[in-house]
Amino acid sequence: MAFKKSVVAFSQTPEQEQKLMEVINKEKGHKGALMPILQQAQEIYGYLPIEVQTIIAEEMGISLEKVYGVVTFYAQFSLNPKGKYKISVCLGTACYVKGSGDVYNKLQEVLNIKGGELTPDGKFSLEACRCIGACGLAPVMTINDDVYGRLTVDEVGDILAKYND
Amino acid sequence: MVNIKINGIEYSVEEGTTILEACRQNGIRIPTLCWLKDINAIGACRICVVEMSGARSLTAACVYPLSKFDEGKNILTHSPAVLESRKMTLQLLLSNHNMDCLACARSGNCELQALCKELGVDDSSYFEGAKNEFDIDTSSKHMYRDDNKCINCRRCVAACEKYQGIGVIGANERGFKTEISCAFGMDLANTACVSCGQCITACPTGALSEKDDTDKVWEALADPEKVVVVQTAPAVRASLGRLSVIR
Repeated sequence: MAFKKSVVAFSQTPEQEQKLMEVINKEKGHKGALMPILQQAQEIYGYLPIEVQTIIAEEMGISLEKVYGVVTFYAQFSLNPKGKYKISVCLGTACYVKGSGDVYNKLQEVLNIKGGELTPDGKFSLEACRCIGACGLAPVMTINDDVYGRLTVDEVGDILAKYND
Repeated sequence: MVNIKINGIEYSVEEGTTILEACRQNGIRIPTLCWLKDINAIGACRICVVEMSGARSLTAACVYPLSKFDEGKNILTHSPAVLESRKMTLQLLLSNHNMDCLACARSGNCELQALCKELGVDDSSYFEGAKNEFDIDTSSKHMYRDDNKCINCRRCVAACEKYQGIGVIGANERGFKTEISCAFGMDLANTACVSCGQCITACPTGALSEKDDTDKVWEALADPEKVVVVQTAPAVRASLGRLSVIR
């Protein structure tokens, strides 16, 4: 089986670690504390790597698998940090009908990563998103703050080439 | 006490008894799949559904505690709607199952197979569609996990966590992609698994199984240089004892 550890090495500042411990200590007595802890941990680190999940599991006295099960259940949690360029492809109904699924697949192929992952150089991260309110331009994707509409699969390569720094 | 009717016959059971328990206490068998005594009552598989007067839809018997509000209600355990629903549930399970029965370690001893026979599933491909293709985890010395035969009942998850207090397996991802596996897709051999085998005992299908060394034993028996001494390991007796308790 593929070990799904993040491709980017984990590092944390003492402030981040201290903040996480504060969050855990504040929440852990409550019933259903895992969700708020995970949400706040993601705010602190931007994502939830195995190192952070291990701290949470150990401090809460639950298994790492239990934490990981919850993290992979909810789309709001990410196992990988966002790239320098964050690509979001809309898979909402209008975009999907207009072929955004093909664009999404093409991006996965070109970048050689799956949705929710990050390229090993940390440059591009890819994720699917729901409607961004530009259905008239379907299919739509965004790269950071740039919006690309009426996309075709053939344009994907040229668009990525613009982000060459 | 709550007075109810099961299939038209009156019974009196303690408040808080589930429909499944009430039936079992009175010798009425409701088939189950995900239910495991004391550790797994989650109403996930929908095999134990029953028809209850006053209810809008079928009720999962394993997670419905009877209360005073159920006084006088009639529960049908084998009505046409119930049988139809159970059969369809099995067909849906089979739609994402590799159905490798002939070469499966659990053939003849598989709860899924037995239920299909009992409930008259005569078309295993009734719902054709996408199937998951999971890697088989053979990393452990003692067992393998083939999630292509898994029905996501979570009995192994409950056994690992509640019998043994280990908790290295669980349901990951969501919806169709849901897979019972270890955190971060780790191989079982790289986790804190203690090789107790309780998950295998709990599994209703062939998804979990011991590794089979029978061939090696035959080879050793046929070796004229070896002297044969037979001794039963205590683990076998312990496992058989457990089996008779949970099933």
